[in-house]
Amino acid sequence: MSKTRWGVVFVAAIAVAGLATAVSATEHEQWPVPGYKSVQPQEGNPLPELISGYWFRTAEVRALQDDDFENPGFLWVERGEELWNTKDGEANKSCADCHGAAEESMKGVGASYPKWFEPLGKPVNLEQRINICRENNQKAKPWKWESEELLAMTTYIKYQSRGMPMNIDISGPMKEWWERGKKEYYQRRGQLDMSCANCHEGYYGHKIRADTLSQGQINGFPTYRLKWQKIGSLHRRFRGCNKQIRATPNPYGDDEYIALEVYLAWRGMGLPVETPAVRQ
Amino acid sequence: MRTGVMVAALAVSAVIGGAAIAAERQVTEQGITYTIVDEHAIPESLTGKPGDPEKGRKVFVNRKLGNCLACHQVSALADEPYHGNVGPSLDGVASRLSEGEMRLRIVDPKVVNPDTIMPAFFRSTGLHDVLEKFRGKTILTAEQVEDVIAFLKTLQ
Ligand code: HEC
Ligand code: HEC
Repeated sequence: MSKTRWGVVFVAAIAVAGLATAVSATEHEQWPVPGYKSVQPQEGNPLPELISGYWFRTAEVRALQDDDFENPGFLWVERGEELWNTKDGEANKSCADCHGAAEESMKGVGASYPKWFEPLGKPVNLEQRINICRENNQKAKPWKWESEELLAMTTYIKYQSRGMPMNIDISGPMKEWWERGKKEYYQRRGQLDMSCANCHEGYYGHKIRADTLSQGQINGFPTYRLKWQKIGSLHRRFRGCNKQIRATPNPYGDDEYIALEVYLAWRGMGLPVETPAVRQ
Repeated sequence: MRTGVMVAALAVSAVIGGAAIAAERQVTEQGITYTIVDEHAIPESLTGKPGDPEKGRKVFVNRKLGNCLACHQVSALADEPYHGNVGPSLDGVASRLSEGEMRLRIVDPKVVNPDTIMPAFFRSTGLHDVLEKFRGKTILTAEQVEDVIAFLKTLQ
């Protein structure tokens, strides 16, 4: 989106904040943000409209995401591009040697994950799919979860779908994983006894301390978080959302998290991929 | 994982006093047995003593204790940053609810509304996947619950 349009949204947001004097002085931004965009959910989706986490962030954070030169997530896009073209492993092959230009071969791929992977008899997410090629095709060691390399490659591949609608296939054996993820989503957990739905379905748009709750959509991942001072994976976010309610986080790449990712990808179907998104 | 059975050790008795029939049930938590009347209120202090409103204010605000401002607004605490709006404002709460009603809503609000997002601050059973260091523990101690109630009573 052009700079001038963002200027308008920014000014409008300030105007609204100025009016909202009745609310506590600490309230720094009001939801809904004027001019926010939403997507019609598909049948069966419990949400009345799908809204990216982007629209729940302040005008400053949104502006940072929108500026490809300022958006710090692009460091990982660039690093991913380097890795894409770097030969590695016993096969001494780069990703590009087999896949060619990522702009073409990976276009839309990130938007369709997690995807069923027949050899394992289960769905894999993008991080896992990348590591499958590391091991099987490059004959290289898989990258560790949350390593700079895996984050960079995941960001780079997902970035090739930027602007494309999330589009996951939950037919056939994926249905079972969808069911499992749904169960996880509505399961209350932790000492605070809350489900994902309690916060992200019941109270999006509301303030929890300084944060405005979003729908917990996943279209921006991997996401640059100002709090982390770096880009982070979706599973890191899951772990954070578990820990803040004093629930035991699952290991990265755990089946339960994959199931949750399948379910959330479905809940956000139609939302445009925003990777690399920026959040507070 | 269910770590305990909520309904264990509950005695439901009908107390007949005048025309009113009150259903009472006893719950034991952290070695303290308290009585819920009509699934509506816990009239008696958990500690047998009134709490301290000044301490209660601190527990209410502290992010590692009550963290009540995460969801509620309180005008009397306007000097504290970031009041949430997931829950209702607590201005004047003591004129809307009795002490016993406030106590139940802090100890275990799910008795009043099973669907509420609000945590039970004095219940350690019936929870799932609790982080190990918090397992078997309540968010607040009985004393802290009473202190918070003493603070809420100042919000007339
Ligand atoms: C106590 C409330 C709470 C619970 C429960 C909770 N979250 Fe969150 N979550 C937050 C907050 C606060 C944020 C940061 C602001 C926002 O985007 O909502 C967040 C952010 C997220 C995001 C990032 C959204 C974005 O646009 O970047 C995702 C994804 C997410 N949560 C998923 C989950 C899942 C899955 C669960 C259940 C396992 C869960 N959350 C449980 C409070 C919660
Ligand atoms: C020796 C050739 C080879 C190398 C090297 C290789 N891949 Fe692959 N990759 C494949 C093949 C073959 C497939 C399966 C294609 C299919 O399923 O249609 C695949 C599939 C994928 C997919 C899934 C595509 C989809 O549509 O779901 C991704 C993502 C991927 N590779 C990423 C990578 C990355 C990243 C690297 C470098 C780290 C890499 N690959 C290296 C051969 C290779």
